[in-house]
Amino acid sequence: MWTFIHKWGSPKWFYAMSARLQPWCWAAALMLIALGTVWGLGFAPADYQQGNSFRIIYVHVPAAFLAQSVFVSMAAASLVFMVWKIKVADMAATVMAPFGAVMTFVALFSGAVWGVPTWGTWWMWDARLTSMLILLFLYLGVIALRGAFASRDGGSKAASVLAMVGVINIPIIKYSVDWWFTLHQPSTFSVTSRPAMPVEMWLPLLIMVLGFYCFFIALTLMRTRSEILRREINKRWVIDLAREMR
Amino acid sequence: MAFASLGAFFAMGGHGPYVWAAWGVTALLMAACVIHARLERRQLARLLMRRARRGSTSQPHQASHADDP
Repeated sequence: MWTFIHKWGSPKWFYAMSARLQPWCWAAALMLIALGTVWGLGFAPADYQQGNSFRIIYVHVPAAFLAQSVFVSMAAASLVFMVWKIKVADMAATVMAPFGAVMTFVALFSGAVWGVPTWGTWWMWDARLTSMLILLFLYLGVIALRGAFASRDGGSKAASVLAMVGVINIPIIKYSVDWWFTLHQPSTFSVTSRPAMPVEMWLPLLIMVLGFYCFFIALTLMRTRSEILRREINKRWVIDLAREMR
Repeated sequence: MAFASLGAFFAMGGHGPYVWAAWGVTALLMAACVIHARLERRQLARLLMRRARRGSTSQPHQASHADDP
């Protein structure tokens, strides 16, 4: 287990191994998202109350899942970096932040657009919506903080601390629909009970969620590899690599 | 198929603008993520190759912990 962690913590090893993993992740993401899109948009039955506007769920819920999962992943990577000084973890955390911000924005935007025909308003200062907005600001804060330091190490440490502290917001988002009165409907999926939707509605949603996760993994691998090259540009193995590329 | 015609599909039972706005923005931003990652990768590859060409005549630089050039 420890040798496993140490191997993946080496930028050179990570660079080589992720190259093999990456095409499979992209292929899985593409297939799952394509299947989920066709199924969700064209074949899933319309909701008996909301009609076809409910089809927004197939982008809204995956994006909202990712918005939170990316933050937890980023905080975990930050912890690994702070405790074990593993640089690859910091590089992964660096590239996760912008994608997490994009997913949070997608969740907020699709939710606002969905709110108009469903609730009659695009925004409410209620617990779920506000805590998601705070998540967006946390992402932007992490990105800004990383760039605000003259030394890379200072920026990395500050961003890591904010990511680890900001993770407190995640359970607040999750339980906001139970703790406070809210317009937002309760969770779509739970581990303990069956979804309150027919299978031909939630199966494409599950496929879409899995597709978004694969997309996140593939994009993170790809961009972490770029980040490795950028930071290790003067290292022997990167110079040798460039020779081979030529 | 949940729709009788292509027109009905685009209309989404009157909810067309909402559905297509949400899906459109999602697709656009995710495509932008991929395009950005590819451009970033291509730029780095170009930079590395330029440096390798320069370094091949003289002795390559020592490995250092310096930041970006």
